[in-house]
Parts: sequence; C-alpha cells; structure tokens
Amino acid sequence: MAKLNLNRMEMPRQDALKRGKNFNEVALGYTKEMAKEEASRCIQCAKRPCTEGCPVMVDIPEFIKAVDEDNMPEAVRALKGKNALPGICGRVCPQEVQCEAVCTLGKKGAPVAIGRLERYVADWERENVAPAERNIELAPATGRKVAVVGSGPASLTAAADLTKMGHTVTIFEALHVAGGVLMYGIPEFRLPKAIVQGEVEYVHSLGAEIKLNSIVGKLNTVDELLENGYSAVFLGTGAGLPMFLNCPGENLNGIYSANEFLTRINLMKAYRFPEYDTPVRIGKRVAVIGGGNVAMDSARCALRLGAEKVYIIYRRSEVELPARHEEVENAQEEGIDFRFLTNPKQFIGDENNNLVAMECYQMELGEPDSSGRRRPIVKEGSEFKIDIDVAIVALGTTPNPLIAQTTAGLNTTRHGTVVADESTGKTVKAGVWAGGDVVTGAATVISAMGAGKRAAADIDKFLRS
Amino acid sequence: MYKILHIEQLVPGIHLFKVAAPEVAKKAQAGQFVVVRLDEKGERIPLTFADWDAKEGTVTIIFMEVGTTTHRLARMKAGAYITDFVGPLGVPTHVEKFGTVLCVAGGVGVAPIVPIARALKQAGNKVITIMGSRSKNLLFWEERLKSASDKLIVTTDDGSYGRKALVTEPLKETLESGEKIDRIIAIGPSIMMKFCAATSKPFGVKTIVSLNPIMVDGTGMCGCCRVAVGGVTKFACVEGPDFDGHQVDWNLLAARQRTYTAEEKQSLEQWRCQCGEQK
Repeated sequence: MAKLNLNRMEMPRQDALKRGKNFNEVALGYTKEMAKEEASRCIQCAKRPCTEGCPVMVDIPEFIKAVDEDNMPEAVRALKGKNALPGICGRVCPQEVQCEAVCTLGKKGAPVAIGRLERYVADWERENVAPAERNIELAPATGRKVAVVGSGPASLTAAADLTKMGHTVTIFEALHVAGGVLMYGIPEFRLPKAIVQGEVEYVHSLGAEIKLNSIVGKLNTVDELLENGYSAVFLGTGAGLPMFLNCPGENLNGIYSANEFLTRINLMKAYRFPEYDTPVRIGKRVAVIGGGNVAMDSARCALRLGAEKVYIIYRRSEVELPARHEEVENAQEEGIDFRFLTNPKQFIGDENNNLVAMECYQMELGEPDSSGRRRPIVKEGSEFKIDIDVAIVALGTTPNPLIAQTTAGLNTTRHGTVVADESTGKTVKAGVWAGGDVVTGAATVISAMGAGKRAAADIDKFLRS
Repeated sequence: MYKILHIEQLVPGIHLFKVAAPEVAKKAQAGQFVVVRLDEKGERIPLTFADWDAKEGTVTIIFMEVGTTTHRLARMKAGAYITDFVGPLGVPTHVEKFGTVLCVAGGVGVAPIVPIARALKQAGNKVITIMGSRSKNLLFWEERLKSASDKLIVTTDDGSYGRKALVTEPLKETLESGEKIDRIIAIGPSIMMKFCAATSKPFGVKTIVSLNPIMVDGTGMCGCCRVAVGGVTKFACVEGPDFDGHQVDWNLLAARQRTYTAEEKQSLEQWRCQCGEQK
C-alpha cells in the first residue's frame, strides 16, 4: 500500500487584492493533475464514513476512485447517481462539517478534499459533455403529475428525482429565473450563475417543465393544483422573508435587508448599472449586521462594488460565527473589518432620511442560550458611534407566509415554518410534501437537497401505492 | 413572454397597454398589481391593474412615462412581447357594502380607481367620485369613471375643464355637506393622497390609500417597499398596497421614493442618448 499522504492539495484562488475588485469566481478549481493527486489520497476505506456524512449519500469513494483512475465518465455517473446538482454542492456545501469531517484520513491529517473533487467532476462534465449526450436513465412514464413549488435546491432535487422516477413534473417559480436562493442570494464570485443555470437546464432536460413568473397562492392555490390534475405537491419555497432588527432608524435610505442588497446585485445585476437598469446604493462605509454566510456574501459584494470600508458587526465573538470558516477567511483576506461583540442600538440619518451613522452597544457573553451558544448581553453605558452610509441587515430569513395563508389544513410553527415529517417530508395535509428552508428555517443548500430527495422518494411511494 | 395586444396613448405621456396574460387575468382583483420586466437588462417595476378580462385572457395597464422602464415601454408596439409580467400581487382592495364611498383619483390614479369604483358599486355602495388632473389635456377615462360612479366631479388645477380646484376642495365640501360618507379611497400621486388623508382626518372617515414605494421582487422577499403605518413597518407589496391613509408616515414614503433619484436620472439620460444614436 502506498504511503499515506496527509496533506491535501490546495485549490488555486484569485489573489485577494485583485478579487476584491471583481465578481469573478474566487476559487479557481483543480487542474487534472491536482485532482488526480488529491483523489489518490483517498484510501478507499471499508467503512465509507463520508457517504454517511453526506445528506444525500453520494457514493463518494466510487467517484473519487474514478477520478484517480482518470475515468471521468464513471466519476460523473457515480456522483450524479445521488446528487443532481454537484456543480453547486462542490462550491457551497459545508463539507468541513459533513463528509470531510468524518473522513478516515482526518484522524491523522487533512481529510480528502471531497468538495473540491466534486466540483472538479461537475466542471469536467459541463465542459466536456454536451447536455444531449449525457446518458440519463429514466423510469417508464407513470402518467402521474407532481407540482413542485419553488425552484431552489430542495425543489430542483425533488424535481430531478421525481422525473427520473417517471413522473411528470411542473416547477412553479415566482421570480423570472429558476434557481431560487442560488440565483438571487449567493453571489457570482462564490457560485457563478452560469453553473446554476447549467444545473437548472439539466433538470429541465430530464423532462421537468419550469413555469416562471408563477406565484402559487396568487395564481393557482395548492388546493387548485390538487384539484386540477396534480396528484402531489412539493413545497420547496424556502425562507424568503427577511428579518430586521426592529431598532430605531431602520427605514432610513441606505439600509437594506441582505435579501434586497443581494437580489439587486445577483438577480438584477445592479453591479453592472447603468448597463442594467437596477441600481444599488454602494456607499463609502458599509456595515453588515450578522455573522452568517449571507453576511459574508453581502460584505464581500459591497467591497467589490467599491466601498472603501466594510464592517461585519456581530454580537457574539469570533468562535460563534455561524458562517463557513472558508468564507470568513476569504472575507478577512479581502480586508473586511470584523467588529465582534457589537450590536446596533439605532441608526442615525440626516435631514433627507439618508443613513449617516449607527450607534452600537458593546456586548459581553453570558450563559449559553437555547442554541447552546453563549448569550450576548448589552454592556450598559458602552454606546459608541460608527459613521456609515450603507447598512445591510443579514439576520436571517423566515418562510414567505403566502402558501401557508392560502392553503387550508397546513400546519405551521410560530416561526412560520411548515411542519413536515423529517424522514419523508410529508405534511399533515393529504397530497402535500415540503422540504428545505420552508420546513427548517434558513439552513444549507445540501440539507435542502437532502429533504427534496427524501420527499421525492416518499411521493414516488405514494404515487405507486 | 407576454404579448402586447393593443396600445393607446390616452393623453400625452400616459399610455394604455392591453397584454395577453390569461392566468393573471383569471385571478386579478381590483387594487392589485403586476410586476413588469421588459427584458434581460430591465428593472422590475410595479404597475396597478386598470382592467382585466378573464374570458379574453387579457390584463390592461395604464402608465405614465416617468423612468427608464416606462419610457421604453411607451415605445413598444402592439405585437411585441414583454419578458416578464407577474401577478396578481398585493392584497385586493377591501370591497363590501359600506354605504356611500367617496373615490378620489388624481392623474394616472384614475386607472386603478375605475375597477375599484366598479366593484364598490357592484357591492351595493353609492359611489361618488372626484377625478382631478393638472389640465384638460391630461384627463382620460372620464366616461368610464362616470359609468362606474353615481356622481362624478371633475377638477383641473388650471380650470381648463370642470371645476378649477385641487381634488381636496370638493372632497372637503362633500364631507361638510352633511351627507354621510362611510369610506374614502384615494389614489394618485403621494402628495395628493397625503392631502386627501389630511382633509378627511378631522371628519373621522376611514381613508384608504394605495401606496407606491419602490419595489424589486414584489413578493415580500426584499423589504425595499417598507413603509411605516401607525408606527409599524409594513411591506407594501404583500401587506398593501392599500393602507389607512391617516396612519401612513408620508414623509418617510416620500424620502424613500427619492432613494435612487440620481441613478434614475443617469439611467434615463443614458437611454435617451442611446435612442438618439439609433435614430
């Protein structure tokens, strides 16, 4: 047996100074040689903890073996057997807490860079195999129709699986492009939109119909879909409603929800204004409030749009940051100024309602709260001012209430999430399944995909019984 | 893609477009709106329903040339396609038998008032309507509004037609006349709605206004359209656009509407330049 290689192959990235000024992808991907070398590190252990650690149970050792053997068609087949969207997962999955966290090699050294290899395989297919030439096995048509509401990761996965199972799928998307949060939320430099559209096109090529500009609840309701020929409905409507701080001055001009800021930039391409019609206020000094991936995305977008100073304002300390470590590191390298244990008290405006400053409290950490993290407590008398002209509130999102409001017999929690069985996605309403952020509240792309997959399996079982 | 079936310039700078949108037409209700995006590089703007026909599968919008999108839209021809036309959005105007309802429409606000007045009349209300514009050459749909109302009062700022007055004058007189008014619905420029609300407040008559803040998605996703009503922040796209005019923070609305004044000007100038080059 070859000697264990405990060091992983680094993936090239754009230089921090240069990339802070453009929207091109930061991570550049492996070359063939790099991918083969990294793949050769996998010891093909019998226990396969990585597959267990993956929410959609990708046959990780198989696809890595194929990369090592330079058999790329086999690598694609092994990877896409379980994962319809590998180009996306290879970029935005938190592998460090999933498959890579349990890798056997990780006990002695660096785990195999599974995410980077996944990305390499997906990119190889996109560049080398025309969509028409991709061999996809579809089950014989069942003649049963399924409506999939939303077109984010949960819905795309459910739609892909259901189509492969032989059902006729229609995806209803409210916006003018499919992809959900992958399109409006995650920026180009982290997840190129062409890659998302490639994956959407793949789901479409399987046979799923995609209806854009179609708001279920405003056009047809869920009940009308069930009455009009759809045997099952999958709700993958995500968590699209932004939360605000509810502190004084929050409606000043220059204060955005992260959803608005990112939608203007990613979906409407405001970074190319005035070539594109939608503007965005950039400002010289920007404060992003929050510590998750969306906060990192917002801060890094602001920097790329030309802000001179960008702060991340986070009420806990560095160790509690919910964002992926890699993204925090990227942001720090690019020059984002992190202010920990800081929380806004109020926003201050000028006579024209324009934001000019933010008053903050210093915080300290107390006892752990229900989330297990230490609760931030205001230090009385610690107020101080930061001059800013744009603030982006990235505190999280909750599900859009439209479906719940227009669908009788659906159970929702006080957080607005739809109640669904964790292992099947089944809701209490007959014929209706749900999965992804609409059930869990804002979470990850891959957990939404896992939910879409489980729901598709259960819908299939229901349609065949 | 949504085909433009019929176009008409109603008055200089104000246009009527009838668009094929069968699914939207089937569900449309008075007071709701669509979000329109002309093409790949276009912005998303909200436009309120002026009319619809579920049988025909059409939706009618009336708009004034203000920014880049409305200027570009105005130059599109019948037979052309609008890339995105999504709706019906927003909460429909609350319609029931109130008794006597006073509708006030200013400028392009005449368009959304017509289906609202019609629905109110169908619900058994007596509908008194005041319509106003700057001048006679900017008045449109008088006949339609007349047939949707029991009584119609027309005003112009310059006195070139109807009564020389702002809409708030006949509004105040009607409220003072002793006739019991159960509800007021005012739609028009923000400044007009603000003064209608100020006029009716001493009389304690509930006054509904249709707010027009900047929107992006129009489905509750971004919060760009947030307005303050009774001290509480609301998203106009999903909780409105109709609100109690006596509770609206009008200064905040006006200030937020000005967020992108400079960019809007830049965008329009660029469009005008490009048009010139193409000619």
